[in-house]
Amino acid sequence: MSVRVKLPTILRKHSGGQALVDAQGSTLRELLADLEERYPGITKNIVSQDGGLHRFINVYVNDEDVRYLGSLETAVKEGDTVSILPAVAGG
Amino acid sequence: MRYRDILDAIGDTPLVGMPRMSPKPGVRLWAKLEGQNPSGSVKDRIAKRMIEAAEASGELTHDRIILEPTSGNTGISLAMVARRKGYRLTVVIPDNASSERIDLLELFGAEIVYSPGEKGTNGSIEVARALARDDRYFMPFQYGNPANPLAHYEGTGAEIVRDLPEVTHFVAGLGTGGTLTGVGRRLHEHNPNVKVVAAEPELGELVYGLRSLEEGFIPPIFDESVLDRKFLVSSSDSLRATRELTAKEGIFAGISSGAVVHAARRIAQEIDEGDIVCLLADGGWKYLSTEAWAPEIERAEKGVSETLWW
Repeated sequence: MSVRVKLPTILRKHSGGQALVDAQGSTLRELLADLEERYPGITKNIVSQDGGLHRFINVYVNDEDVRYLGSLETAVKEGDTVSILPAVAGG
Repeated sequence: MRYRDILDAIGDTPLVGMPRMSPKPGVRLWAKLEGQNPSGSVKDRIAKRMIEAAEASGELTHDRIILEPTSGNTGISLAMVARRKGYRLTVVIPDNASSERIDLLELFGAEIVYSPGEKGTNGSIEVARALARDDRYFMPFQYGNPANPLAHYEGTGAEIVRDLPEVTHFVAGLGTGGTLTGVGRRLHEHNPNVKVVAAEPELGELVYGLRSLEEGFIPPIFDESVLDRKFLVSSSDSLRATRELTAKEGIFAGISSGAVVHAARRIAQEIDEGDIVCLLADGGWKYLSTEAWAPEIERAEKGVSETLWW
């Protein structure tokens, strides 16, 4: 399942500067494992020590925040876009 | 209506139907027009509340200067409150905020400190926190001040329950988390089945220049458990919805309002019946310089992508 992954500026140092990469997996967890294989070190900043999503990172499958879907078990399918973004405030 | 002064005229904003914006007849979209507040945004509610709370507790006295990080609206609201009450105010704002925000801050007499635009409001928070170590400053800190969600619990949320008890969904932008937390809690008390939905902006490349994860920030007052869903809305989709609001409903709202309405329509597509309240945080006035309503959408998109509109 080829999924497009949009990377934030912070993580592009792992992808050789690329903002958009491809990865495989049928869940977000699998996808992140695949991403880590292709770009070692990249998920250190996405998944925390306890195996959950890092607090300051938001992950969206298409346009929905996975924290309100299935978190790391959220299903992803061919053609989906996964966006990884740092938590930003407004006001 | 008669009020003692401008601050008493804050809140109690209109809830207006948007019959042409809904994709289907059984789903009604409603706009809470927070741009009708005295200084032009929802933030008037929290500015008044935070300042009055600090006066009551004795934290804020006239020899101290109010200091606050803001992307614009909170600064403007605080400036209005400060003028009325006779306080000095310094705001820390990203240097890529729209020009109207800066103009308003200046005419309200606020002192302005700029933070790096590419760090967005996260950068303003960082700079303000450093400045606030000086005891001359009193920082309300909208991101951590319980008066923020309280203003929405007692004001915004209570008004929605009063005006639309049959509300099924509430959609608002996630900036500090105050509106979602305060209104969400109030609505859940009224009806636990109400769905609370957040819209978050996918800002341009300009704003994601954070160098490390430690520069990410989650506001302490934001209660994530209140949310059912959170949508990421692109500048482009936000812009289109904002333009459509004007074209179809005659509603002149800011760009975050477009993001909220876009998220509301995503929800509307999934249900057959419902009453969805959209929090429109401000009017379109402060975004004219972005050319958001330019006839050529490309010019509008370019203008919006280069400014911090959130």
